[in-house]
Amino acid sequence: MHALRKHIHPGWLIIAPLLVLVVALYLGPILNILWLSVTDPEPGFGNYAKLGESDALLRILWTTVRICIITTMFSVTLGYSIAYAMVHCHQRQKNYMLTLLLVSFWISILVRTFSWLMLLGRKGLVNVTLEDIGLIAEPIAFMRNEFGVLIGMIHYMIPYAVLPLLVSMQALDKRVMDASSNLGATGAQTFWRIYLPLTTPGLVASTLLVFILSLGFYVTPAVLGGGKVLMVAEYISVQLLVTLKWGTAAMLAALMLFGVLAMLWIMSRFMKLSTVFGGAAR
Amino acid sequence: MADLANTGSLQIRDVSKMFGTFRAVDGVTLDIERGEFLTLLGPSGSGKTTLLMMIAGFLDITQGDIALDGASIADVPAEKRNFGMVFQGYALFPHMSVRDNIGYALSVRKRSASEIKARVDEMLDLVQLQEFADRKPTQLSGGQQQRVALARALCFAPPVLLLDEPLGALDKKLRVEVQEQLKDIHRRVGTTFIYVTHDQEEALSMSDRIVIMRDGAIEQVGTPVELYERPATKFAASFLGKSNFITQGDKTYALRPEKIDLRLGQGGSDARVSGTIRSITYFGSMQRIIVDSVQGDEIEVDIDVWRNQEALTEGAKVDLLWQEAAAVELHDT
Ligand SMILES: Nc1ncnc2c1ncn2[C@@H]1O[C@H](COP(=O)(O)OP(=O)(O)OP(=O)(O)O)[C@@H](O)[C@H]1O
Ligand SMILES: [Mg+2]
Repeated sequence: MHALRKHIHPGWLIIAPLLVLVVALYLGPILNILWLSVTDPEPGFGNYAKLGESDALLRILWTTVRICIITTMFSVTLGYSIAYAMVHCHQRQKNYMLTLLLVSFWISILVRTFSWLMLLGRKGLVNVTLEDIGLIAEPIAFMRNEFGVLIGMIHYMIPYAVLPLLVSMQALDKRVMDASSNLGATGAQTFWRIYLPLTTPGLVASTLLVFILSLGFYVTPAVLGGGKVLMVAEYISVQLLVTLKWGTAAMLAALMLFGVLAMLWIMSRFMKLSTVFGGAAR
Repeated sequence: MADLANTGSLQIRDVSKMFGTFRAVDGVTLDIERGEFLTLLGPSGSGKTTLLMMIAGFLDITQGDIALDGASIADVPAEKRNFGMVFQGYALFPHMSVRDNIGYALSVRKRSASEIKARVDEMLDLVQLQEFADRKPTQLSGGQQQRVALARALCFAPPVLLLDEPLGALDKKLRVEVQEQLKDIHRRVGTTFIYVTHDQEEALSMSDRIVIMRDGAIEQVGTPVELYERPATKFAASFLGKSNFITQGDKTYALRPEKIDLRLGQGGSDARVSGTIRSITYFGSMQRIIVDSVQGDEIEVDIDVWRNQEALTEGAKVDLLWQEAAAVELHDT
């Protein structure tokens, strides 16, 4: 936002028509939703007041935030190790791993979600095998609960977590790490004092990306949660399609939008967002 | 900083480095004295960086041994060698202030905050960067970054400091300035400096001794004066300064252009060679004259500009004179 003001460049004229189109097509619906949230079914803040009245709504919001935080923590941690391995292995293996990463982007979320059911469901491969060799008597409940949702979401999110980290790790000057060990630092010291701080922008970008994407997750909780784990996106869809309470749905959507904006704003107080999104670090 | 009084001599014994089947460093043997300023000079690809990296411990030695004060360090990892190093491009830590950069080596050694502060202040004094202590490296000029890198590498009083083309990124004027400062700092800290460059003027003006490298092997070692006045091979004579090569019988001699005198007219009894001026190039402080000798050689002569100004023209017949000792016999096979 700050960057925008600084660069009023003739080039803007060229993209202005498209910009206007995008703004109209994006802002229009968003404003419409904001409008709905304070006018449907009757004008006023009745929809927002429900947040204070309804335990169910608060529980859904809390479930969503909790699942998103856990998902983000695991995806980013695992993503960090994967990106690290990719950057520091041999070129051949690197290409191999990069291909696998891209392939996982191409597989539909439905396929990736249902395949977990096949693996970990009550009659899934794992449970059947464990029962056959007599390790367990009853199938383990991996799916149809929050645990199942977490597995599915973390699995889906890891490639997204890897990409920004990969970019920031690849941009690092290897000699800086050499300099650190030349100055007597152990491997651990070099990691904590040089490597991690220098990859922090990538870490933040990855965290934001995964968290924001997770907030809107719909398919995975619906399939793997088995109706027991209700997250905001699914609830909104129910309000829209089943109970036809558009006002409530709009209110929740607006809430998520403001939540994300608030997060970006808090982040921007601590660091320049442009460095997070790949800009120069000056 | 007087705590390095008795350490810092290096013994390099028949060291080689293979990359696959390629021999990047080829049987280098070298004794480096404590407190010496030694320069590795050679064309691109002659193995200077590779040799330096083996001394620093970033590359394994394929063959041979390197010892510090007589004790082998071939199996000591880089972080345990305690050698300072100034990297090409400096490799400063971009997220740390100048102060934290310089104090890094002490802080990873878990020294007390007060000791680190005192030592860093001392180093900031040494490189004259006191007022920049709290800046980030990106807020400094190239020359200032170079001095931070130097202070960072010297902060833990290493017995040996390795510098890989530390002035490569600076422009000519700044280079000369920083050369002076480097020389001065070397005198004051008394650390052994091993300095890599392919700039022959830099090598001549700064070093106690110069090692000329060629294809991974040592071509010749000596003080700047020894190397310039008595080059042993054609390669050494032409890499360090300019040189004419004159063949007499089965012997080849190197002859520096500025050691030749030139006189108009031909056939003087003291003339060593006669010839015709082919071209005159003006360089401000001197002029370079190329003479085609009657024997068919091409000989370069550097003459002070204030001499013979009007008389010298292209096509003029001249005699060339030099003292017996000016022509150095070469030992190339
Ligand atoms: N990791 C490597 N693998 C294979 N060959 C290498 C490697 N590093 C260096 N070489 C080769 O070894 C030779 C010496 O390289 P080195 O970097 O030591 O040269 P240098 O004298 O420092 O040159 P410059 O002045 O250009 O820096 C070169 O021919 C180079 O191609
Ligand atoms: Mg080099």
